[in-house]
Amino acid sequence: MADTITVNGTAHPIPDDPRVSLLDFLRQHIGLTGTKKGCDHGQCGACTVIVNGIRINSCLTLAAMHDGDSVTTIEGLGTPDEPSALQRAFLEHDGFQCGYCTPGQICSATAMLEELGADWPSDASESLEGRIAISGEEIRERMSGNLCRCGAYANIVAAIEEVAAGGQS
Amino acid sequence: MRPFQFSRAPSLSEASHQTAGDNTLAIAGGTNLLDLMKLQVETPSQLVDINRLGFADIEDTDDGGLRLGALATNTETAVHARVRADYPVLSRAILAGATQQLRNKATNGGNLCQRTRCFYFTNIDQPCNKRDPGSGCGAIDGIAKLHAILGTSDQCIATYPGDMAVALSALGATVQISGGKGERSVPVRDFHLLPGDTPWIENVLEPGEIITGIVLPAPVGGTQIYRKVRERSSYAFALVSVAAIIELTDGKFSRADLAFGGLAHKPWHDPRVGECLLGQPPSAELFEKAADILLKDAHGFGENDFKIPLTRRTLHAVLAQATEDAA
Repeated sequence: MADTITVNGTAHPIPDDPRVSLLDFLRQHIGLTGTKKGCDHGQCGACTVIVNGIRINSCLTLAAMHDGDSVTTIEGLGTPDEPSALQRAFLEHDGFQCGYCTPGQICSATAMLEELGADWPSDASESLEGRIAISGEEIRERMSGNLCRCGAYANIVAAIEEVAAGGQS
Repeated sequence: MRPFQFSRAPSLSEASHQTAGDNTLAIAGGTNLLDLMKLQVETPSQLVDINRLGFADIEDTDDGGLRLGALATNTETAVHARVRADYPVLSRAILAGATQQLRNKATNGGNLCQRTRCFYFTNIDQPCNKRDPGSGCGAIDGIAKLHAILGTSDQCIATYPGDMAVALSALGATVQISGGKGERSVPVRDFHLLPGDTPWIENVLEPGEIITGIVLPAPVGGTQIYRKVRERSSYAFALVSVAAIIELTDGKFSRADLAFGGLAHKPWHDPRVGECLLGQPPSAELFEKAADILLKDAHGFGENDFKIPLTRRTLHAVLAQATEDAA
């Protein structure tokens, strides 16, 4: 049986050329172009996807290293008719201008809310122990791997803060 | 990226055998290696995927310490309950580096082996004795803002860029290595090398040797601080960093384990710096004396001259904070 990667619930064979990054696999081999290529060096976060529940830069890993893994991309989070809570919040808060970074921002934020829920500390956390108090500072630090060249950060933080607060209430 | 062969190692011994071959590299998280392969700084003909070899656990050791699997991710390490409780300087150092996406993929073994971010090293159109031995060092008379002020040579002034290893150095951790000749352990403080005349040799790993784990000694408590000074507040390499484990007994230093990042080709640990504090009550004069010892042989290369006073002030600030917290 060929090695496969499951993307948004569907298994796909891994290409023969080992140079294919997970990002290029998603975009060019299986046609899921929601995930974006910005810098291709792990600096901008536009390529962020969720692999086995954990957010990573899909540009800095090889498809060949992900046999049997389960990947969630922006296409797997929601649809235009049924957006995820974060997708809806980004629309409501105008959390983008050109939109190129947005799929990476939303994939990143989706996994980040799970990390907050698990009380993983960040560099901005006062204490390494206990519940993490959600704040703009925490969100900015935890989202520092996602750049927005339009500078929509204020609205991105507002969108994430709303969903994070909803999840806690 | 240049073409390469890719294989998944079925066992540690096979991984060791394969990576002993010419131009063959092990790949774990890949966040640094694949970046360098895209830049053609690294051009291996074969990659050996070691991700499924299993040494990813974080487990207690018999003497009360903790063993960090080489394949545990930086995130798994930083958020581990015992690391947070018993080795907070390590959690803090890891969390101060890179981004969450990178820490989620990067492994502990790979973090130790990461390459310098010297602009001349990562740009194949520039001279670099590390990347292309004999081609010269572009940084010595060039853009040297990030570069070393201690332990440099006339061949290379690059810095080791990591944060995790700085905390491991302060903690006195040990690297476990497996290879064709068997197993060995090397203190983190001796794992990385100064550039000397062979700046392309960055650590003690021999061909075919693979890091399997990092062992932390039994916890020592104390006030633990990782202070990282950088040009922006997140996702930037250290200009200077200080890992400190400080304890006061009867108002005098009874422990002062210190290591420094951003200053040299390796995490910098000079035992004389901590020793000068022991048995003394904290004071501004004493902190300056510690900085004098640390920086006695420091010299800059123009753009990075600022690191000398910055290191002095950062050490002073860390010692002041630690002794206030400990008092």
